[in-house]
Amino acid sequence: MSDRILGGACLLLAVFYIFFATKIQVGFMSDPMGPKAFPVLIGVILAIAGIYPLVRPDPEPEWPGFGRLMEIVFAVAVMVGYTYALPEIGFTVSTAVAAGLLSWRLGASPVKAAIAGILIAVTIFVLFRMVLKLSLALGPWGF
Amino acid sequence: MIGALPGLGPTNGVAILIPLAFTLGLPATPALILLTSVYYGAMYGGRISSILLNIPGDEPALMTTLDGYPMTKKGQAGEALALSGIASFVGAFFATWGLVFLAPQLVKIALLFGPAEYFALFTLAFATLGGIASKNQAKAAIAAAIGIGIAMIGVDHQTGVPRLTFGEIHLYEGISFLVAIVGLFAISEVLLFLEHAKGKAPEAAGTKLGRITVPWPMLKKTSGTMARSTVVGFLAGVLPGAGASLGSFIAYTIEKRVSDKDGTFGKGDPRGVAAPEAGNNAAAGGALVPMLALGVPGSGTTAVLLAMLMALNITPGPLLFTQHPDVVWGLIAALFIGNIMLLLLNVPMVGLFVRVLQVPSKYLMPAVAMISFVGIYGISGSTFDLLLMIIFGVVGYILRKLDVPMVPIILGILLGNEMEKSLRRALTISDGDVSILWGSPLAITIWALAILGFIAPMLIGRFLKPRPKKDASVSS
Repeated sequence: MSDRILGGACLLLAVFYIFFATKIQVGFMSDPMGPKAFPVLIGVILAIAGIYPLVRPDPEPEWPGFGRLMEIVFAVAVMVGYTYALPEIGFTVSTAVAAGLLSWRLGASPVKAAIAGILIAVTIFVLFRMVLKLSLALGPWGF
Repeated sequence: MIGALPGLGPTNGVAILIPLAFTLGLPATPALILLTSVYYGAMYGGRISSILLNIPGDEPALMTTLDGYPMTKKGQAGEALALSGIASFVGAFFATWGLVFLAPQLVKIALLFGPAEYFALFTLAFATLGGIASKNQAKAAIAAAIGIGIAMIGVDHQTGVPRLTFGEIHLYEGISFLVAIVGLFAISEVLLFLEHAKGKAPEAAGTKLGRITVPWPMLKKTSGTMARSTVVGFLAGVLPGAGASLGSFIAYTIEKRVSDKDGTFGKGDPRGVAAPEAGNNAAAGGALVPMLALGVPGSGTTAVLLAMLMALNITPGPLLFTQHPDVVWGLIAALFIGNIMLLLLNVPMVGLFVRVLQVPSKYLMPAVAMISFVGIYGISGSTFDLLLMIIFGVVGYILRKLDVPMVPIILGILLGNEMEKSLRRALTISDGDVSILWGSPLAITIWALAILGFIAPMLIGRFLKPRPKKDASVSS
């Protein structure tokens, strides 16, 4: 079933892709092929390749149960939250919180996860900001 | 260390250090030596996380995951690391000699390639991908189409028309392959770990090291592999636009075709570790040939180096060898010294690297995720890129569960534009006549190889290999 969905999704994606590729505007100064043809060709290849798993699916993979799935959703939410927090409250604090939360959900006890989060944030800050001089987002407190 | 940390490959390493080279006020030769040393160093380092974590440190180290990680699972992590260190040295050392002696001749071969031949060459690369990356050619084709499809996003280089950007200004420059690679590999890896956390987790595969030396029989067994892969990788590196990723990929594919008699490749065969490592390091040396001799970068990193040279008022090309011999030969001398230092550092320090990466996954994985964010944010400073990386992570997680290979997606993003450019250039030359694509014996040969490369694994697979069902989804 999963492979059938994959095949169907590929076909749909291919249709959308080809549709939007044909909408590309072509300037009057263009090469014989133009900017449209290659994306359309790729869409066609995607569609053809998508038919195979639709017709001959592989055996079903082992999908996670509801609980595990929620863990993954939670982790993605943490990462998205981190992305928005980074420029606002700065690198060190947001990294410590995000890394701590991930560590906790990966099986560390809350205390150890908190320590890990802080250590990860401080180590990365020292290594990248102080040694490699990489520009990290600085929050209102300057770190 | 830059190479070893996932998401910080040679391109980023060099890119990060360019401002440093300018702040230090270095003259051309030391600046170039600094950056090429980082380049070679990162090429060495990329394999470490490939072998220990199944996350390639940089894109040319993708192929090393295929046999390196299974070796780690078998408790041979130390051997895999030491062997790959030696293979890297062999590849880079002899490629540097190749740069010295063969540069003028190889430049002539590269000149034989017109746009039509390049297009055929790219097709060959994608056609043969299926055989190595997945058991299912259709899924490999899906992955390649997705990758090339993503590469089309952004402003068209030839006409300046925005394509598939939906008016989103962030997409005008296209999607960086770094964002995709870090998302598809690092972030999806974190999600896979989460799925198994607390359960029957594949907890820190790097725990059993085995010995950190290469046993003599293994070295003997892989010496032919290293020799072949060095030559193949070097040639792949010399072809402009191909670079180290193609070098390691072709070296692995050829070695698999030549040596994989018992079907041990992909299950922890040492030759599968030696081949891509010798190949990608040889390609790194090879990529410098067209960059220095023609001013055409052979890879992403050499493109950054080229930009650096131009900024220092040095124009690479045939005149470089006569006008700035100090730059060229100083650089080549530095490459030899750098290689020997890397070998000396790598083999004894394998234990240290392993200890660094032996941290339990509940602490390591969050650190990997955070470093991925830092790497991407440090380059672009863009929240949009970070969100894109997370999306790639989720998509990568789903595709990995479905046994759709990641490698063709990355190569598609990396090579898609060049592939299209070659095709359009060829058709411009012929004024729209497609027969130019098979207009030379060289092109016909490459096309024949491409068709063979796509069909052969299907036939061989059907007759020889019953599909191992469980393995595929885990190891991909």
